[in-house]
Amino acid sequence: MSRLPFYLLVGVLFLAGVAMTLHRHYQLEVPWTPGEQRQVWEVEAQVNFTALGEPVLVDMALPSSQEGFRLLTEHTASPGFGLSFIEKDEARRAQWSIREASGSQQLYYTAQVLRAPSNPPPRLASPPPQRDIVWERPYDTAAAQLIERAWSRSADPFTFARELLHDFDEERQGENARLLLTQFERTPLLVRLLNQADVRAREVSGLRLEDGRRRQSLSSWVQVFDGEQWALFDPATGAQGRPDNLLIWEGNGQAVLEVEGGTNSRVNFSMIARNQPAAAAVRNQLADDTLLNFSIHSLPLEEQALFQTILLIPIGALVVVLLRILVGIKTSGTFMPVLIALAFIQTSLATGLIGFLLVVSVGLVIRSYLSYLNLLLVARVTAVIITVIGIISVFSVLAYRFGLNAGLTITFFPMIILAWTIERMSILWEEEGPKEVLIQGGGSLFTAVLAFLAMNNPWVRHITFNFLGVQLILMALILMIGNYTGYRLLELRRFKPVTEE
Amino acid sequence: MGEWTTPGKLSAKGIIGMNRRNIRYIGRYNNRRLYPLVDDKLQTKLLAERYEITTPALIGTVSTQFGVKRLGELLAPQSGFVIKPAKGSGGKGILVVDRVEGGDYIKPSGARMSLSDVERHVSNILSGLYSLGGAPDVALVEALINFDESLSAYTYEGVPDIRVIVFKGYPVMAMMRLSTAASDGKANLHQGAVGVGLDIATGTAIRGVQFDRTRHDHPDTGHELISLAIPDWPTLLLLAAGCYEMTGLGYLGTDMVLDRDQGPMLLELNARPGLAIQMANGEGLRRRLDLVEAQPEGVSPEERVAFSRRHFARRSELATAAGA
Repeated sequence: MSRLPFYLLVGVLFLAGVAMTLHRHYQLEVPWTPGEQRQVWEVEAQVNFTALGEPVLVDMALPSSQEGFRLLTEHTASPGFGLSFIEKDEARRAQWSIREASGSQQLYYTAQVLRAPSNPPPRLASPPPQRDIVWERPYDTAAAQLIERAWSRSADPFTFARELLHDFDEERQGENARLLLTQFERTPLLVRLLNQADVRAREVSGLRLEDGRRRQSLSSWVQVFDGEQWALFDPATGAQGRPDNLLIWEGNGQAVLEVEGGTNSRVNFSMIARNQPAAAAVRNQLADDTLLNFSIHSLPLEEQALFQTILLIPIGALVVVLLRILVGIKTSGTFMPVLIALAFIQTSLATGLIGFLLVVSVGLVIRSYLSYLNLLLVARVTAVIITVIGIISVFSVLAYRFGLNAGLTITFFPMIILAWTIERMSILWEEEGPKEVLIQGGGSLFTAVLAFLAMNNPWVRHITFNFLGVQLILMALILMIGNYTGYRLLELRRFKPVTEE
Repeated sequence: MGEWTTPGKLSAKGIIGMNRRNIRYIGRYNNRRLYPLVDDKLQTKLLAERYEITTPALIGTVSTQFGVKRLGELLAPQSGFVIKPAKGSGGKGILVVDRVEGGDYIKPSGARMSLSDVERHVSNILSGLYSLGGAPDVALVEALINFDESLSAYTYEGVPDIRVIVFKGYPVMAMMRLSTAASDGKANLHQGAVGVGLDIATGTAIRGVQFDRTRHDHPDTGHELISLAIPDWPTLLLLAAGCYEMTGLGYLGTDMVLDRDQGPMLLELNARPGLAIQMANGEGLRRRLDLVEAQPEGVSPEERVAFSRRHFARRSELATAAGA
């Protein structure tokens, strides 16, 4: 009998689990520990304009995931307007439309953006097509002189841009620069000059994220392409590089906002930063529609919360497997300790233990009376179930009267399991005496406490819920343990006398 | 080291652990399909009759709650009897009644039961209290075994039985289980019965254990265990070996009793025999099982018994211990 297929299966499960887990971590940025804080920015764009009583079309640029930031969710509020998101040439835009509107209008767009320092820059977009630049006199000579001066002192597109921007510095700007600035806006002018010198460049709009700021507007930046990569320049200071808190809102050299059928249009921004546990930040992630993201994290939050518990059960079961196969602890009912441990999660450990012992011991006393009544098994267990419910109700009421609110959580115990536990313990007591009841009851409780500690560990909860691949790894592990033919820990004690001679 | 030993030492002794037993022997040699033959004592009994293997006489069965009411009638002519669940496990639910006194049923421990106590017990059996998974069950009423007086000094109350592990038809290890006060007349080691390892060649005692610890005498009668020798040993081994053909189970625990009149009888079979027998013998099963695994199939029971007696002979440790 070849075991090869078995080991292949275990290997495949294990590798698939590891691959899924690593994918979640590296591709989707799910952190390994739950404590890691991530900064999530909530940015709201408010579009204001005055409608002229005719069809209105509002076209606004939208940010996308980019270097340093990951777009989580986005919402819009625009009563009465039709809305569509358009993605074209790597630019995302929102278009609001309405047949007729008049007076002051407000449209809202909110995006949740996760600060993700390791988010890679997007693939390099093809640089914008070169346009023919035509200057009017006397600006043509001013431009030519500026370009020549910067050109002679530079080596490549980036240094050229730096030198050019230098000449537009407030303190150092010469005649030529001042002349051009009277006629042109600073940023389009710079882009124009760069283009004239055959340097690919464009104007982009970014938002500086500062916590709690309102009524902010976008700032213009010059993006220069050197044939391989982009670099960002601050047109005011000439500084190269992207500030950490700059969110590029529009990165394709297009207009940020275009309004047809309205006047006085403007957009301003308000933003707040929240530090969220990484797990929560992950949960808010847009459920991308790729197959790999086909997961329980796309379910509604309520169902997800349910799954958070369900996904812990394999951990509890693993504890049982380890304790029974590797240690050799006896429990009453194979997986009863897992269910008790689940109840402990709701009740907290101390309350749970006290509650469990109270219910079971009172149950045992009542069950010993039931055994005199000579009932059929099913009827007797049912009677025990009702008794357990009675005990739990009485304890809840008593706890409440004495002001012990923790006592109320006793209702989380699985009553039918408790009833069967009582029934089994009672039979065990009659047949094998109180010692065996203590061994098995103690073993069950010990297992339940260990399972509880494992399942209640924040890190374990985080890992099991966020990395579904872990379930496959657990499966592989349990299959391997199911193959273990070695000694159990307690057998080393049990068989000790044999080795003594 | 204290209470603990190391895996290396156990392995050197050839001790088999629970996990190895489950995977390597029970999982591999015991086909699940055949389990009902041994898990249901009624089926075992009927099968044994076909294979001419002697078992205790069946007084009757109770299979319905309605039938419980007629239990009194069934038991009236009996002076002693055993009631057991057909699908019980681990000796659970076995009620031994030694004698009847003035309408009361006396257990070997001297405890008295009224008819309604016995009826309740039977009713519990029927509703599946003692069967695996709580499935409805049948109660068997069997004749009490008139056990061989020569062994009475070695036991307290109940009937001593002999457990023989039969692997692929070869008797590989044997022990006698002596009931004690602690085990309430039952011959289950985990309930406190004394296990005495028996030499496969001769049927004489090798060493004794109670609660997994070595013993040289019976805790209640005080009788030393060294002189224990099973009469009619070859017949008993042959009976045990024949259970392989009867059930087809490769790793089998056979529980035999010695009846005064009828000699060795098969009491019940167990498809998941425990490992305490290694303690009673002071030796692991591993070497013997490996040897048997290397033997060809299709050997007759007589030859298998002869093989085992030749290869698995042991000298008593009790003798050397007593001599020292």
